[in-house]
Amino acid sequence: MEKIVVNLAYLLAASLFILGLKGLSHPRTAVRGNLLGALGMLIAVVVTLLDKRIVDFSVILAGLVVGALIGVVLALKVEMTAMPQLVAIFNGLGGGASALVAGAALYETKNPDYLFTTASVASGIIGSVTFFGSGVAFAKLQGLIKERPIRYTGEQVVKALFALIALALGTYLVLNPQNLELYWIIAGVASILGILLTIAIGGADMPVVIALLNSYSGLAAAATGFVLQNNALIISGSLVGASGIILTNLMCKAMNRSLLNVLFGGFGEVATADQDDIYAGKVKATSPEEVALLLEGARRVVIVPGYGMAVAQAQHAVRDLYNLLESKGVEVEFGIHPVAGRMPGHMNVLLAEVDIPYEKMKELEEINPTFEQTDVVIVIGANDVVNPLAQTDPKSPIAGMPVLEVWKAKTVIVIKRSLSPGFAGIPNPLFAMDNTLMLFADAKKAVQEIVSALKEG
Amino acid sequence: MEDFVMYFTIFVLSMFVGFEVITKVPPTLHTPLMSGSNAISGITIVGAIISAGSGHSILTTILGFLALVFATVNVVGGFLVTHRMLEMFRGKD
Repeated sequence: MEKIVVNLAYLLAASLFILGLKGLSHPRTAVRGNLLGALGMLIAVVVTLLDKRIVDFSVILAGLVVGALIGVVLALKVEMTAMPQLVAIFNGLGGGASALVAGAALYETKNPDYLFTTASVASGIIGSVTFFGSGVAFAKLQGLIKERPIRYTGEQVVKALFALIALALGTYLVLNPQNLELYWIIAGVASILGILLTIAIGGADMPVVIALLNSYSGLAAAATGFVLQNNALIISGSLVGASGIILTNLMCKAMNRSLLNVLFGGFGEVATADQDDIYAGKVKATSPEEVALLLEGARRVVIVPGYGMAVAQAQHAVRDLYNLLESKGVEVEFGIHPVAGRMPGHMNVLLAEVDIPYEKMKELEEINPTFEQTDVVIVIGANDVVNPLAQTDPKSPIAGMPVLEVWKAKTVIVIKRSLSPGFAGIPNPLFAMDNTLMLFADAKKAVQEIVSALKEG
Repeated sequence: MEDFVMYFTIFVLSMFVGFEVITKVPPTLHTPLMSGSNAISGITIVGAIISAGSGHSILTTILGFLALVFATVNVVGGFLVTHRMLEMFRGKD
C-alpha cells in the first residue's frame, strides 16, 4: 500500500515537471512553469524522506543544508554574463550525483541482475563524462584554462581507446558483478574521457557542448532510474535528455555543422592569408560622434549582439542606447543569432537583465527580411555570425551557416577592438564593404560614447 | 527482463513527450530552459537521500552524502537561478 502511495507521488512530481516545461513555451507563463517544476521536486523529496529504509536523518539533513546553501549563494550571486559557467557547473553536479548514487546502489544490492549492473555502468560512465566534461567547460568559460581547442596527433585514437576501455571494463563488470571496485576504475576512465572530449573544443563551440552535457546529465539520471527502478528518475531524466538533444541539434544547425564535426573535427587554426586583399584600403574607421549623427537620421535601427557584448559587460550601455533611440521615435530591434554567445539564449538573458522587452529580440529568420528596410545596423562584438562568406564562398569553413544579413541595411556600424578574425579564423568581407563603418573600441566604452554624443547632439 | 521492458517503455515514451514539449520553447528562453531542465535532472536527489540515510555501510553513506550535496546544489540553485532569469523576461508590467 505504502509503495503505491509513494509511486503515485512520484508520478505527480513527474507530471508537474512536464507541466513546468510546458510553461516555458511563453515568457508570460514561464515563471509559473518553473515554480510547478520546483513543487514537483519538493513533493518527490518529501515522499522520499518518508521511506522506511531511512534509519538516520542526520546525514540527510547535513547534505540538504550544505547543498541548499551552496545552491542559493551560486544562484543569487552569479552575474548574468557568467550564466554559461553556472549551467556547466549544474550539469556536472547532476551527472556526478547520478554516478555516485548508482555506485552506492551497487554496494547496497545483493545478487544484482544484468539490468541492474548494466544500468549502473551506464550511469557511471555518462555521469563521470558529464562531471569532468562540465568541469573543463567551466574552466574554459571562466578563463581558468585557454579557450582554444587543444589538439594533438592521434587524438581521435586516444579518445576512442578510452571509450573502448570504459565499455570493455563495463561489460566485464556486468558479467562479474562481484568485482565492485571495478566500478570506480570505469568511472575513472570515463572521467579522463570527459576531459579529453571537452578539452578539444574551442570557445565558440561551447553552446553545442553545454547543450550536449545538459542532455548527458538527464540521461545519467534516467540510467540511475533504471538502477533504482524508479519511474520519477526515468521520466525526468529522459525529458532533460530530450531537451538537451533538441538544443544540441539546433546549435549544430545554426552553424551548419554536424555534431561529429563539432566534437571531433573543429575549425582549423590556420589563419587564411588573403586577409590583406580583402581589407587593404577598403576599411573605413568611424567615431562615436559620426555614429550618433547617423542614428539621428535613422528611422529603424537593428542591434546585433555577440559574445563581445558579454565580455565587455556592455548590456547596460546598450540598454541606455536603446532607451534613448526609442524616446526619439526610432524603431529599435535586436537580431540574435542562435549561437551568439556561449550558450543557447545567452544574449537574450543579458538583454532581459537590462529590461529589453522580449518582443524586441528577433530570431534570425524573423530579422533577416527586415534588414533592407533598416537604416543602421550596429554589430556589437559579433563576427562569424555576420560574415557574408557563409553565403558566397563554398570553400569557407562556415559555408552554408545561416548568418544575419546585416549588409543589406543602409549603413552597418561594427563595434570591434580590431580586425582580428573570429572563432572560425577567417577574415570578414563585411568589414570592407562600402556601407560598413568600423568603430574600433571596447564595446561598452564605444556604446557609452555614442549615447553621450547623441545626448549632446 | 519484463521489468526492463516496462521501464524502457516509460523511458522511450517520456523522450517523445520531451521532444513535443521542448520544441515549443522559444529560442529566447533557451538559457532558462537549460538551467530549469537541469534542475529537474537533479531528481537523482531522491536516490541520494536513500543512500545517505539507509545506514547500509560507511562507504555508501559517504557516497550518498556527496551525491546529496551535488544534487541539492543542482536542484536548489537550478530552480532559483531559473526563477531569477524568468522574472527578468516577464518585465515590469
